[in-house]
Amino acid sequence: MYQEIILDHYRNPHHRGLREPFDAEVHHVNPTCGDEVTMRVKIVDDTVADVSYEGEGCSISQASASVMSDLVIGRSVADALDLEREFLALMQSRGTVEPDEDVLEDAVAFAGVSKYPARVKCALLSWMAWKDATAQVVGGSAAAVASVPSETGSVPEQEKKA
Amino acid sequence: MAGTPELDIPNFDIPNFDVELVRKDFPILERLVHGDKPLVYLDSAATAQKPRAVLDAEREYYELHNANVHRGIHVLAEEATALYEAARDKVAAFIGAPDRHEVVFTKNSSEALNLVAYAFSNAAAHGGEAERFRLGPGDEVVITEMEHHSNLVPWQMLCQRTGATLRWLGLTDDGRLDLSNLDEVVNPRTKVVSFVHQSNILGTVNPVATIAARAREVGALTVVDGSQSAPHLPVDVAALGVDFFAFTGHKMCGPTGIGVLWGRRELLEVMPPFLGGGEMIELVTMEASTYAPPPHRFEAGTPMIAQAVGLGAAVDYLTGLAGGAGMAAVAAYEHALTVHALDRLAEVPGLRIIGSTEAVDRGGAISFLLAGKDGRAIHPHDVGQVLDEQGIAVRVGHHCARPVCLRYGVPATTRASFHLYTTTGEIDALVEGLRGVRRFFGA
Repeated sequence: MYQEIILDHYRNPHHRGLREPFDAEVHHVNPTCGDEVTMRVKIVDDTVADVSYEGEGCSISQASASVMSDLVIGRSVADALDLEREFLALMQSRGTVEPDEDVLEDAVAFAGVSKYPARVKCALLSWMAWKDATAQVVGGSAAAVASVPSETGSVPEQEKKA
Repeated sequence: MAGTPELDIPNFDIPNFDVELVRKDFPILERLVHGDKPLVYLDSAATAQKPRAVLDAEREYYELHNANVHRGIHVLAEEATALYEAARDKVAAFIGAPDRHEVVFTKNSSEALNLVAYAFSNAAAHGGEAERFRLGPGDEVVITEMEHHSNLVPWQMLCQRTGATLRWLGLTDDGRLDLSNLDEVVNPRTKVVSFVHQSNILGTVNPVATIAARAREVGALTVVDGSQSAPHLPVDVAALGVDFFAFTGHKMCGPTGIGVLWGRRELLEVMPPFLGGGEMIELVTMEASTYAPPPHRFEAGTPMIAQAVGLGAAVDYLTGLAGGAGMAAVAAYEHALTVHALDRLAEVPGLRIIGSTEAVDRGGAISFLLAGKDGRAIHPHDVGQVLDEQGIAVRVGHHCARPVCLRYGVPATTRASFHLYTTTGEIDALVEGLRGVRRFFGA
């Protein structure tokens, strides 16, 4: 499960740190383990111009945010959403899907994670945050896919005060 | 906390307590995981393993006596009822309840605590006898910052329903309750004080008598969450001086799906019911109903019969340990384990315990953070995963006590928790495992 690619991204994350300008910012948490990510997206002409994030969490969630931003930055929103669906399918496969490295690039390293149900949410956290933020920018029609796990939903009120 | 320790644990060598013999009673402890790794189960605060006696009791109930209880006049119905009610007697004796009618079976601790919380909001629709449970704007409900969510969220919800104000006692830096403002937080506006006996995340054992005494002074009711104390310490509800005590079967080597609410009889008799249905009634017409006396008043519907029988078997098992020393032996043995664990964990570089580092008023649930050689925190999820690969089962996350994590500024912790079948060898395996984790994530 701990592929060298994952450990590399974990030790040296790409695109980390919140940046301006941005069109939407979201905060997602994984309540079962306390992983958190704050994510910003900037969309220009239907293209993902920038993704920046700050977060705390395990190596899987942090590496996944790094790999995800590598993959989607510079892509059209439609292509990036296709990638997200591809990655989601891989993570829900329980290890039964052979990932396409040409499509998913470094994200294929997470195939092993799909065998650990408790860790799938870690790998998906940043993808769900990115999709949520993107939907807020481009409107519901383009990005609204009903498969967002509710566990990566909004932050409880008490946390915002704390 | 200065002063006399809450727990007076005898420092004897635990005569007749042979952990290797105890382990033979737990079939699951023979399991290998990930191929050939012996299971090192250090997650008993989440749920305890079950001795064969409990498994046999449940199986035997289903094989020989299964019927619904408190109805029917056939042999099986009478046997099932007798077994179910015998479990109530065993539980009553186990916690020193003065009266068997004070023992209400629930699904778990959460349901037991919700039962009390809902009694407060249901009181508005009841007569004068429910006066002590009436709650509204201006009244205060007191909890603590170290509560499990099961003793936090029900009170938040109660305050939302009634307009009462939720207040809480804070924590000291070393994982104890901060009682410096007890007299201000628990005051004449306080109607109920609900707090945990032993923290599931910090391991702290709280000074129940001190808090209960202050609550009594101001006329507030006291509720104690004993989920983590009943499985590990001798509990005498009468001596604790509280009004309600909730705990759950599965953490004390019993089945899942069975918990207990103990309450003073005079309170249970006037407390509004929580769930309505069969079994909890006296007379029913189309217009209105009257309710059965406790405990049945709070046991609507077919109860968890087999699970209650299993819990009774767990009580028998625990009380029969070490030649009848029972929970005193369990507490003494686990205290020795805790001392050993705190000593050994202190040797691990980069490890920081969240909670007291001293085995005083402290149980065997130890939460910690681990940093790698470069000083960077290794996330508990990663710690737990790498330990699991070695067969070592720990809990990671916020342990359903997120405000504790917020209080100490940590996103999550790794927690090792012990029970009567844990060995010092397993704790040593954990220490070795943690060294391995540091090597793995070392830069």
